[in-house]
Amino acid sequence: MDFNDSPEEAAYREKARAWLVENAAAHRVEHGEPKPTTPEHMAAAKAWQARKAAAGYACITWPAAIGGGGGTPIQSVIFSQEEAKAGVSYGYFTIGLGMCVPTVMAFGDDATKQRFVSPAVKGEEIWCQLFSEPAGGSDVAALRTRAVRDGDGPDADWVINGQKVWTTGAHYCDYGIVLVRTDPDVPKHKGLTMFWIDMRDPAVECRPIHQMSGGRDFNEVYFTDLRVKDSQRLGAVGDGWKVALVTLMNERLAVGGSAGPDYRQVMELARGLPGVNGPALKDQAFRENLADWYVNSQGLKFTRFRTMTALSRGQTPGPESSIGKIISANQLQDLANTAVEALGEYGILTDPSLAPMEAAFQQSLMWAPGLRIAGGTDEILKNIIAERVLGLPGDVRADKDVAFKDMPTGR
Amino acid sequence: MDFDYSDDQKFLKDEARKFLAARCPSSVVRGVLDDPAKSYDAGLWRAVAEQGWLGAAIPEAHGGLGLGRVELCAIAEELGRAVAPIPFASTVYVLAEAVMAHGTEAQKAAILPRIAAGELIGCLATSEGPGVITPSALQAKVEGGKLTGVKIPVTDGDAADMALVLANEGGRPGLFLVDLRAGGVKVDTLESLDPTRGVARLTFDGAVADRLGEAGQGFALAQAILDRAAVLLAFEQLGGADRCLEMAREYALGRYAFGRVIAGYQAIKHKLADMYVKNEVARSNAYYAAWALNVDAPELPTAAAAARIAASDAFWFASKESVQVHGGMGFTWDVDCHLYYRRSRQLSLVAGSPKLWKERLVSELEKKNAA
Repeated sequence: MDFNDSPEEAAYREKARAWLVENAAAHRVEHGEPKPTTPEHMAAAKAWQARKAAAGYACITWPAAIGGGGGTPIQSVIFSQEEAKAGVSYGYFTIGLGMCVPTVMAFGDDATKQRFVSPAVKGEEIWCQLFSEPAGGSDVAALRTRAVRDGDGPDADWVINGQKVWTTGAHYCDYGIVLVRTDPDVPKHKGLTMFWIDMRDPAVECRPIHQMSGGRDFNEVYFTDLRVKDSQRLGAVGDGWKVALVTLMNERLAVGGSAGPDYRQVMELARGLPGVNGPALKDQAFRENLADWYVNSQGLKFTRFRTMTALSRGQTPGPESSIGKIISANQLQDLANTAVEALGEYGILTDPSLAPMEAAFQQSLMWAPGLRIAGGTDEILKNIIAERVLGLPGDVRADKDVAFKDMPTGR
Repeated sequence: MDFDYSDDQKFLKDEARKFLAARCPSSVVRGVLDDPAKSYDAGLWRAVAEQGWLGAAIPEAHGGLGLGRVELCAIAEELGRAVAPIPFASTVYVLAEAVMAHGTEAQKAAILPRIAAGELIGCLATSEGPGVITPSALQAKVEGGKLTGVKIPVTDGDAADMALVLANEGGRPGLFLVDLRAGGVKVDTLESLDPTRGVARLTFDGAVADRLGEAGQGFALAQAILDRAAVLLAFEQLGGADRCLEMAREYALGRYAFGRVIAGYQAIKHKLADMYVKNEVARSNAYYAAWALNVDAPELPTAAAAARIAASDAFWFASKESVQVHGGMGFTWDVDCHLYYRRSRQLSLVAGSPKLWKERLVSELEKKNAA
């Protein structure tokens, strides 16, 4: 029972830290939450990714032959920790390298892999994942975007029409993987197929979504007669759901970024704040909240240590890591709200020059609702825990064995 | 990174589980629950002593096995899971740990071998009435080495041979070892929320008191002792919480309503998922505290507080929601849910309520931030 690095891990951390000290400064730009996607920020991120790739610190667990680091999962986690501490952690490549490119590697033909893997590792090309649709959010497989064949030959092109939504980064991405319906006459999971697409194709239109937080991180993506070659298919026709599961399984292992202020910042805020009965920090109810947040934050931190232990023992972490987002997203919302309420009427101010901590609490308050939904809602994550960890039955499915075209649809 | 039980510790834990499954089924727990004359199961106590558990962390020189605290945590987790009706916590986590950390060589030599052999049961006597015990309210006092006063309630007080008592000496609080068999002590057994653990009122009238640790340091000393005990209690709570989740899961998978197992209803699935989340948060905090206890880290006070808060929360939630999942059956005497519900309350209060530990945690965080 020891969370300190083993000698090998300590040596790797030391090496990574030394490399970061030498290399990170030139690639650091000021950035807050939500992430700005300015050209300068993107350029800094790409340059940083290229430098990491050259040194074997990009895609650490991938073989060196395809541009990776040839390292272990625990080395990857260690490097991510040190990278975040060094302030050069960029989010642009997480989805592509964590989910899309692994799917391409698993299901693409040799030419496709040859073409795409290396540029992605070096940060030259950015990928997005196009699964969600207005009709299929949590129910991903209810998607309606159609791909139909144009011609009869085995190599005939496909033509895609439809709409995706909540696509993170679609507006700056070069390529994407898209899950589409190729057969509406069979039950929903059986009629899907996966393709990779060129996001710059004129038949692809991105419309950024203005979020309640004020940011524009997500997009609606429209396909109007988008032609794709059969060689862009990932996996067999009708096997798209199986391919998507591989993508989603990799999502779990992708390292997430930091969420926002935690108990330390609220404590700092309350220290100098007048409360109902003396300083806000002395308020009993507030102190109990603070204790709960600390316990949860520590609980998550040490749960990650347990995951790292499993990795260092050669085990694969399971769906139990789903607890992380449930706790952190809810806590961020709760904590931000408590901080804002502690400010009294002043709490409604969002001007960074007036609101404490440059309005980080107000920003988190408006960002947290999205965090509770993105990447699996609280409800879906609880279902995952219930079904995959605790082995409880799946929900009753009204759509089972019903051809997709015969399924009732609402909005 | 090695933030888990080692293979040896896992082996010990598995063996403990098997042992308790055989020797401490719920019929043994109920044997104590249903018999007002019994405050613990003496047969189980002897068996546990034979396993060497009472002296697991006691040095070999004093008759113990000389294992680490993490091994003791592994045993504690299993005892909690089995709601073992024995004064293990009072004797091992409180008395043995207190003597090892603060006792003189003579005290160690007199007490530790007897604990390891199963010949001496301990208890902690601080409370004197409802509410929080404070220095200004402390009534019990020691004069000329003799203790007078009343302690109520004292968990395991009716089974104990020796009490660790908080009392004033020359107007300053101290902690004292009192032999309950040596006279000057009246023991009244009391009814409590958890009859699987004995509870008593101890009335002292000139009982011989042997000071533990420095004079005047009673409250600080008691807190240091509770920090250690809290870690081990957190593992008992965790074991209990895990068992509640398992029981609720098993029941939900076998119970049909409206034509299907209730485990398939999202309201039940999410309740069980919530239990799982709380249990994992408790487990992770408990592991950190186990590390801090084992190496005597300066982080122990915060780690112990966090472990206790998380474990108290997890066990309370799991025990009450397990009754709920069991429905009407869960409210009956015959189903085991209430054994855990009772124990969750007992364990949350026996070393200070979660409210107190939250205050202690935040005070520690304030100190750390000010430093």
